[in-house]
Amino acid sequence: MSGYIHLGYGDLALSALLVLADAGLSLAFQLGMHRRLLWSALRMVVQLLLMGLVLTTLFTLVSPLLTGVAALAMVAFAGREVAARQDRRLSGWWSYGLGTASMLLAAVLVTVLALTTALKPTPWYDPRYALPLLGMILGNTMTGVSLGLNSLTSGLAQRRTAVEARLLLGYDRYQAAAPVVRQAMRQALLPIVNVMSATGVVSIPGMMTGQILGGVAPAEAVKYQIMILFLIAGGVGLGALAAVFGGAWRLTDARHRLRLDRLR
Amino acid sequence: MLEVKNLRRSGGKPVSFTLAAGECLAVRGPSGAGKSLLLRALADLDPHEGEVVWKGRARSAMPAPAWRRLVGYLPAEPGWWGDGVGEHFQSWPEALIARLGLPGDAAAWPISRPSTGERLRLALARALAMEPEVLMLDEPTSALDQASVAVVEALVAEKRAQGLAVLWVTHDPAQAARVARRHLLVSADGAELVDATGAGA
Repeated sequence: MSGYIHLGYGDLALSALLVLADAGLSLAFQLGMHRRLLWSALRMVVQLLLMGLVLTTLFTLVSPLLTGVAALAMVAFAGREVAARQDRRLSGWWSYGLGTASMLLAAVLVTVLALTTALKPTPWYDPRYALPLLGMILGNTMTGVSLGLNSLTSGLAQRRTAVEARLLLGYDRYQAAAPVVRQAMRQALLPIVNVMSATGVVSIPGMMTGQILGGVAPAEAVKYQIMILFLIAGGVGLGALAAVFGGAWRLTDARHRLRLDRLR
Repeated sequence: MLEVKNLRRSGGKPVSFTLAAGECLAVRGPSGAGKSLLLRALADLDPHEGEVVWKGRARSAMPAPAWRRLVGYLPAEPGWWGDGVGEHFQSWPEALIARLGLPGDAAAWPISRPSTGERLRLALARALAMEPEVLMLDEPTSALDQASVAVVEALVAEKRAQGLAVLWVTHDPAQAARVARRHLLVSADGAELVDATGAGA
């Protein structure tokens, strides 16, 4: 760990100038983005500073309860983000509940799997490993779940006559919705497939960059990165599967009808 | 015999009627009166109240897919999910396709190629190929030329002679008189059965 270069707040201010340059660009070309740009940059700074504080505390306490609460809070925020990204929402609590439950299932399962089999920190719930791992898996699972759900709901709404034609030919609800479900699963999995094929050729992932900047040998950082990408792929697949099939179940009923009235 | 007992959609009046095997009932009424919604309810595509019984078998006692294979429904706008015509058929009904005046190689067409009238006939062939015992038709000839209308009417008459019961939604009084003796007049107040020979249309 010899190559670690300490960053001062002055160094951050220097790179913040680039965001200001973006805002200037927005003003010059009338993109109307400067306010949102600055606001999101400010949010990012405040959120990360808070996270730094919270993580510092959690890392010293190593409490299973507090770590669990932090993990749940992360999933809850991800659920809100998924609901906000939908063009057509499921009615009632389903919009928030389905995405959140799918991510909780997928991200927690995959994180716990990695902690108990591959990484094995002591204790296994050590927040220094558990929370960053969960964060990376959750972030990608969130993208997959929101893309999958969005594709499912708009697909069922737009291709209603096609799905009902299949119902009328005596297919059951899952067979009838299969073309739309397949499309939704593809949409959900595409980003992680693209990331995996471009990683190492076009891009050096953020986590690996961070480890290398932190002084870890590249060969070691690569191994971590490969494992993380496998975990992410597993989380995305599982989360999308739960969300898309849960959505298909909710938008049809036991009499094998398409129930678009359950969309808002 | 098809027995429809107090079929009621939310906001609508209950509808009851019977339809014998081999019989055709013409369904008529102004646009927006709920003719298509009535057929959708019979196919169990929308939530509603009431019971339907075919030859003593209650719809509620069988899975919906089995009911829909028994009671076929050709909507006014049939749905297509694939890129090619052929993939919408479990097996290509050659005889029906030829009978309806469609080219035999239509199975290899992209789904964008057939005209509206050709699609209606393809969908009719698809529905009949399932060999339903009741067939519900929603303006199946609205986009067809005279000759094709006659072909469709003759084909349905032939299937009726073999026992197929038919519900036929049409806006054309002449067609209603040709295909059915009893008419079901659908309006906002419900549905009324009339004997076309006595009502004078």
